[in-house]
Amino acid sequence: MTQNDFYVLLPVITLTIWATLLLLVDLFIPRERKGLTALLAAIGLTLTLFISLSQFGQQATAFNNMVVLDGFSVFLTALFLLIGLLGVTVAYSYIKRMGLERGEYYALLLFSVIGMILMAQASDLIVTFIALELLSIPLYVLAAIAYPKTDSEEAGIKYFLLGSFATGFIVYGIALIFGATGTTSLAGIITAIGVQTANLGLLLIGAGLLLVGFGFKVGAVPFHMWTPDVYQGTPTSVTAFMAAGAKVAGFAALLRVFALAFPLLAPQLAPVLIILSALSMLVGNLVAIAQTDIKRMLAYSSIAQAGYILMAFVPFGNANVQNLSISAALFYLVAYTLTSFGAWGITIALEKTDGQGLKIDDYAGLGRKHPLLAVAMTIFMLSLTGLPPTLGLVGKIYLFRAVMAGGYYYLAVLGVLTSLISAYYYLRVVVKMYMQDGDPQVTRETWLDLTIGAMAVLTVIVSFVPAPLFDWASRAVLALF
Amino acid sequence: MIPVTYYIIFSAVLFSLGTLGVLIRRNSLVIFMSIELMLNAANLSFVAFSRIHESFSGQIFVFFIMAVAAAEVAVGLALIVTIYRSRHTIDIDGMSSLKG
Repeated sequence: MTQNDFYVLLPVITLTIWATLLLLVDLFIPRERKGLTALLAAIGLTLTLFISLSQFGQQATAFNNMVVLDGFSVFLTALFLLIGLLGVTVAYSYIKRMGLERGEYYALLLFSVIGMILMAQASDLIVTFIALELLSIPLYVLAAIAYPKTDSEEAGIKYFLLGSFATGFIVYGIALIFGATGTTSLAGIITAIGVQTANLGLLLIGAGLLLVGFGFKVGAVPFHMWTPDVYQGTPTSVTAFMAAGAKVAGFAALLRVFALAFPLLAPQLAPVLIILSALSMLVGNLVAIAQTDIKRMLAYSSIAQAGYILMAFVPFGNANVQNLSISAALFYLVAYTLTSFGAWGITIALEKTDGQGLKIDDYAGLGRKHPLLAVAMTIFMLSLTGLPPTLGLVGKIYLFRAVMAGGYYYLAVLGVLTSLISAYYYLRVVVKMYMQDGDPQVTRETWLDLTIGAMAVLTVIVSFVPAPLFDWASRAVLALF
Repeated sequence: MIPVTYYIIFSAVLFSLGTLGVLIRRNSLVIFMSIELMLNAANLSFVAFSRIHESFSGQIFVFFIMAVAAAEVAVGLALIVTIYRSRHTIDIDGMSSLKG
């Protein structure tokens, strides 16, 4: 292991050491002072965030091209660390209130973040696979951490079985790609296709299996069946973390692997991507209308959001649009992270210890009782719909621009139409909050309020000055090729 | 001497059996075993392909998959045991308290 290898993986190494020590230190922290573990976890994440940002603008590979450090990985690493930090702040009071306060919660969360970071840095399918498992296995445990509550157990086993099923597809896909090209490195695969030593039929089946596996991970229709059940049964603070983290990580791998290794397969893969994204947008938005539970509604909404991001990814093989399409996807992932964390934060504030307070009807009267929370929720709902003045609108404009530049006008039209449908169920929450009387029970807690407030402010402010963030995203993508 | 392609065909059959098992069987332990079958099918094709390409990386990949699969088994069995304790069944059709 040379100094360069060490430097490229510095964020991963720091966080791994920190998480392992945290697990040890936590043994000596008494039960009533577990807040200290949360603080330590947050310090570790912040420290790693600074290290990662200090690597900005550098370009290097390590461990024989197994992992890379580039603009793309720094961008996503920063996003994952932010997701980890938000995951800690929303969990801090929630797990205390729900009686789930166990030290391993934060250690598992950190291990999952490590997997996500490695996923963004992987440039070999072996590393992608290991990173995927490193991020998923702690999430299986976290989903079931509220045992012996049956809902949480059920969510855990469903997530586990379907997640490992998806892993099976990914591993077999990698095996076939290895068979077709004789290598698992992304650069090696593209070379093998270039010099025509690859068995294209086998490669195409392998890429298809990978797409199925990642489709499961990001929750795209028709591989979405687990999403609503898992999101509903999992403790809400974990759902918030998993909804943002697992989805962004899935897209990180999808973007890097497909854009780097399979651009020449684009003519065959694009129709599949079109079907996946169109189905996700349609099914996600249509089924969300029928939901009465806010967690299930947000789950179906996240399926629809995955569809919008996949839509931008359709022209990934077209060299002229590639940059625009991937940077639009990255930008939207940031917008989605901020908005969804805010919305889940409000869900956490309204959830009661007995598991009540999760119906959309429970939001009636929020506008009068807690005007600030209601304003924040309105912002998040507008952003998810894609209405001004929010980040959701700007993100969608970039997505639609990328799709149209790729020449897929009908997909853009479908995206606009499904956004119109989605306005019905998002704005229903807003109408409930302001137009109906009710007596919502809300838990106010400093860190949760701060998180919700920060997300609401960022969602609005960044939408007025989106250019710096988008520039960062497009420079990150430029470094990819 | 058995040709290497036979191993690859065999692994494809194993993988299909595993997939079918996950989709058809209702006992979570059996589903879990079917998933392991899928992973082992991948292992088999890795070894066979690495014979064809005369490269070691495929065989090394197999070790990684086995290690990760063992980690998955630890978590999966723990989950199944917890569920059995609270419900006295591990049939996935019995797990339907989450719906909307």
